[in-house]
Amino acid sequence: MFVQAVVSGLLIGSVYSLVSMGLSLVFGVLDIINFAHGALMSVAMYAAFVLVRSYGIDPYVAMLVTIPLLFIIGVVIQATIINPVMDAPLHNQLLLTLGLALFIQNLLLVLFSGTPRSIELPYASGALALGPLAIDFPLRIFGAVVTLPKAIAFIVSLLLAGGLFLLMQRTPLGTAIRAAAQDPEGAELVGIDVRRIYLITFGIGAASVGAAGSLILPFFFVSPTAGETFNIIAFVVVVLGGMGSIQGALAGGFLIGLTQELTQLFVPGSSKLIGVFALFILVLLLRPEGLFGSRT
Amino acid sequence: MNPVRIGSQDVRALVIVVILLALLPFFLSRFALTVATVALMFALMGTGWNMMGGYAGQFSFGHAAYFGIGAYTVAVLLTKYLLSPWVGLLIGGALAAVFGLVTGYLSFRYKLRGAYFALATFAFAEMLRLLASGSSFINKAIGIHIPLVGGDDWARFQFENTQRNSYFVILLLLALALAATVWMVRSRAGHYMVAIRDDEDAAAALGVDPLKYKLLAVALSGFFTALAGGFYVQYFLFIDPDLAFGALVSVQILLRPIVGGVGTIWGPLVGAGVLAVLGEGTRTLVRQPPAFLSFLQGVNGLDGMLFGAFLIVVIIFAPEGVVGVVRRIRTRMER
Repeated sequence: MFVQAVVSGLLIGSVYSLVSMGLSLVFGVLDIINFAHGALMSVAMYAAFVLVRSYGIDPYVAMLVTIPLLFIIGVVIQATIINPVMDAPLHNQLLLTLGLALFIQNLLLVLFSGTPRSIELPYASGALALGPLAIDFPLRIFGAVVTLPKAIAFIVSLLLAGGLFLLMQRTPLGTAIRAAAQDPEGAELVGIDVRRIYLITFGIGAASVGAAGSLILPFFFVSPTAGETFNIIAFVVVVLGGMGSIQGALAGGFLIGLTQELTQLFVPGSSKLIGVFALFILVLLLRPEGLFGSRT
Repeated sequence: MNPVRIGSQDVRALVIVVILLALLPFFLSRFALTVATVALMFALMGTGWNMMGGYAGQFSFGHAAYFGIGAYTVAVLLTKYLLSPWVGLLIGGALAAVFGLVTGYLSFRYKLRGAYFALATFAFAEMLRLLASGSSFINKAIGIHIPLVGGDDWARFQFENTQRNSYFVILLLLALALAATVWMVRSRAGHYMVAIRDDEDAAAALGVDPLKYKLLAVALSGFFTALAGGFYVQYFLFIDPDLAFGALVSVQILLRPIVGGVGTIWGPLVGAGVLAVLGEGTRTLVRQPPAFLSFLQGVNGLDGMLFGAFLIVVIIFAPEGVVGVVRRIRTRMER
């Protein structure tokens, strides 16, 4: 039981990390708390759902569409409605992204109705051949069950997280983004087009849920508010990990995954989010700069 | 920042508006009366939020906590201990104020500001929602039904025959909240609150104790928001954890003052009025659209979509709210 809780926590934690990285990046660079992050995840889930159901495309191949699609949607959102409020007071920014979330959720409701839907992965159980190696799914690790979709979500999330980390640390674009986050005026002076950086950053933030939405589709019901759960968790993760910190989001995601599964194990009958929120409040009060953030 | 002064002119105008509102139900249809009653309830919540979020500048994203405490206190005291909701309102308000003091003290002690404070209030409200969903004392997620007594009962403010009376109850509570706001803003404490809002460090340097005045604003704000929760239960005769503590409740509460104008006495009132008209308008449009829009009939989610779009438009084009826009136009015309 304990091993299962830990394994489940790590598996779902990787997806939380991926979702939270996008949110954290947007917060760190744009200083905007994006309440529409979860709604964008719902968009990604429906996009993948349509590709799978109507065109028979494999859900993991669908990511090749959902990631760029969400990137473009993110850029458009930043250009049209986030840009005008970049210097507005906090309550206006919050309400704007809330309005956006409401708009997106209800648009999905109009297009797809509220009925929860799901897809079947035809190769979810049985042996998976990786070259000469064949692995039987569901996999058993010390008695803990790991299903194939969750294993794929785990691995791909970590790969994408690593990719995002490298992008931020090792590429000129990443350097420009970090410069714009630290000192927009200074970045502007050395020739960085900060507005363009903002567009790209919001795009990357949206693309991260574009990936996450596809990854969880094989084991999660899709509905207009499906992304909402991830929204709330991503906030907790971002505060935990330190707003704007990619590494913090990675560690925070795993911590929250473990916390929720262990809460369920040790406090049966309660919502697994209770432990998550208790931890959240504790961290807010004791280290508002986050477990991994630095005091500035 | 917005001018926060509430002049004698404003007070006189407020008194006249409240008197006019008191006459309104004699001219309204049964349906319009319901809409107006709910609008006043939102105006009350918004007025409560405004004390803390508007005047003291502490942006709460978890006012559902106070609303829910008020609602559940009235419901539990009535159904389990047969206590009149009037007593329940006072006790619920007091409990909400205490909850605000405790959580506010913890948050302010650790210097949570801006976005961090907003997220903390959000987390506190979510915790209450989850705890309420798990507590068998208050029926877990099933919620509490208030028994209908039948007839008109002032002690319980349930009115089967004269729905007008419910309207008068909520108008009375709203008038109290407005009076409290006027008192607060005009007092020395109110001046300190605004000073803290505009520049906390400067205010502290001048010898104002930020913690004390922020907590005062939180307590008052919690008290009046809880009154709206208590009224909600007696009016709709049902409460459950989502209706009491859900994130959507927090959003609804802060929506009116922001649309109307944050940190102005008129903001929550104007916001409640505008959104009531707008909400009913879109709902009617979706239910009985004119011929050329007939394809809209019964489409689920359309009103929510319009609502979200409206929010976006207001924030981009009228970031200081309706009251702010009116002020801007007026000063431009005076020149």
